[in-house]
Amino acid sequence: MNKTFVNRSVAESNSYVKAELRKEKIGAAVRYFILLLCGLVMLYPLFWMFSAAFKPNHEIFSSLSLWPSEFSLDGFINGWNTGTEYTFGRFFLNTLWYVLPKVILTVISSVIVAYGFARFDIPFKKFWFVTLVATILLPTSVLLIPQYLMFREMGMLDSYMPLYLPMAFATQGFFVFMLIQFLRGLPTDMEEAAQIDGCNSYQLLWYIVVPMLKPAIISVALFQFMWSVNDFLGPLIYISSVEKYPIALALKLSIDVTEGTQWNEILAMASIAIVPSIVVFLIAQNYFVEGITSGGVKG
Amino acid sequence: MYENRRLGLAYISPYIIGLLVFTAFPFLASLVISFTDYDLINAPEYIGLDNYRNMISDDTFYKSMSVTFAYVFLTIPLKLAFALFIAFVLNFKLRGIKFFRTAYYIPSILGSSVAIAVLWRAIFSLDGLLNNFLGVFGVEAISWLGEPVFAMFSVTLLRVWQFGSAMVIFLAALQSVPQSQYEAAMIDGASKWQMFTKITVPLITPVIFFNFIMQTTQAFQEFTAPFVITGGGPAESTYLFSLYIYDTAFKYFDLGYGSALAWVLFLAVAVFTAISFKSSKYWVFYSGDKGGK
Repeated sequence: MNKTFVNRSVAESNSYVKAELRKEKIGAAVRYFILLLCGLVMLYPLFWMFSAAFKPNHEIFSSLSLWPSEFSLDGFINGWNTGTEYTFGRFFLNTLWYVLPKVILTVISSVIVAYGFARFDIPFKKFWFVTLVATILLPTSVLLIPQYLMFREMGMLDSYMPLYLPMAFATQGFFVFMLIQFLRGLPTDMEEAAQIDGCNSYQLLWYIVVPMLKPAIISVALFQFMWSVNDFLGPLIYISSVEKYPIALALKLSIDVTEGTQWNEILAMASIAIVPSIVVFLIAQNYFVEGITSGGVKG
Repeated sequence: MYENRRLGLAYISPYIIGLLVFTAFPFLASLVISFTDYDLINAPEYIGLDNYRNMISDDTFYKSMSVTFAYVFLTIPLKLAFALFIAFVLNFKLRGIKFFRTAYYIPSILGSSVAIAVLWRAIFSLDGLLNNFLGVFGVEAISWLGEPVFAMFSVTLLRVWQFGSAMVIFLAALQSVPQSQYEAAMIDGASKWQMFTKITVPLITPVIFFNFIMQTTQAFQEFTAPFVITGGGPAESTYLFSLYIYDTAFKYFDLGYGSALAWVLFLAVAVFTAISFKSSKYWVFYSGDKGGK
């Protein structure tokens, strides 16, 4: 094991370097092979779903090919019309009606609270911070039943309010935590200079902190967007009338109604359902990576 | 940085209100409700510890609890191992690292959606994609969602499939390991594997711990995948605890028992997390300061 260059002739070390280089090359080839193979296995189901959406129903499970032998838009047309009196477009809009307020409220409340935590001396600050971390780890199912009863008392059942109202109060500790971490890493000299120039804390927040926080704010917005679009349990509990269904409930409905026979329709709508998320992710993937690593590595 | 304590309190006041109204109050309220018999129609009736006593003779409770722990213990090691392995391979300054990172991350973005759960049903159903694929090799159709062990496997696989987010965190941690450490080890003649186990892993234990905690708390709460793919079946083999709580409270409207179940889950998770944090003292190394965050 003890390979040393000491006492080796030049020729010997030359051949050693060559052997090492060859080993490097083989190593790289093996790595690419592993990465490609794993990547293919992982993404194949997604590609298959997109292609299945264009296949007629009888072809979906009879061939493994990603290219439809018989190109058909029936899945999209019938799927879009759904078995209900509404089109799938309606369910899309419904989703937006609570996802957008959710994202906006989360960003505003989380930034304000994170600013308070990161820049101010607060009574019992340590205690509040511990509760913040604790809420990240708290299983939400323990809150579910009383929250349901609260919103029932307030007459908010079958509306989107229960889904986004709590976001106005920075209830998702993860985002506050992420912003605090980011703020702590920012230099404060700009703020100090502005303070000397007579800015009050509100102006500091709006004119200096928010612009510097922009990448982290975008990360928060993106994560909240994805999580809210994917959320299923929330709408399942609170939304009961079909006219208010978001995509998640509509997809579950379609698979229940057809009992999993009209796969081309179901997979076509499932494909459409994930397109916005994929597009947003591909455009803004750096924000995702930065957001998740700033919370993770520093935390 | 600013001395004005009252102003600071004002800035975090939305959080304090939210904490009291939407977290602390419901948290305690569910404990109170767990001591009652409540069906939403009649007024709640105090029954003491009856709900908790009933659990002792409730077979579904044991089944659901053991299924949940099995699910967590299966998914987390697999997910973290995959995440660390792929991050390790990606960390060899390969070309196209960004492309692979993107490809591996996509399942984490989509994985918890109903759309993907639906896709999973299409893959694992009796005439589904997987059986078709295996049929090419002459394997007879397997009832993936009809056999308890296979159903658990299918649901587990969906979570493991989403290892990308953990991988991205691992990758960032690997990239922050100082190159000089490896160079020193190389001169001493260490193999790649030795470098990985003796240098890399100890240096990133805080990140392994972070991923472990975040992933387990999420796994304990999994709901969508079993609800959509298997409905908890067959024979309650994928009846995760969150499904049991949901059914009890929102299908059978037994809110008292549902709350008691939720509290037991909370206590189980709390104990598990506490043990994890205690154990971290022995295997998590924080460089520089002792203890860390």
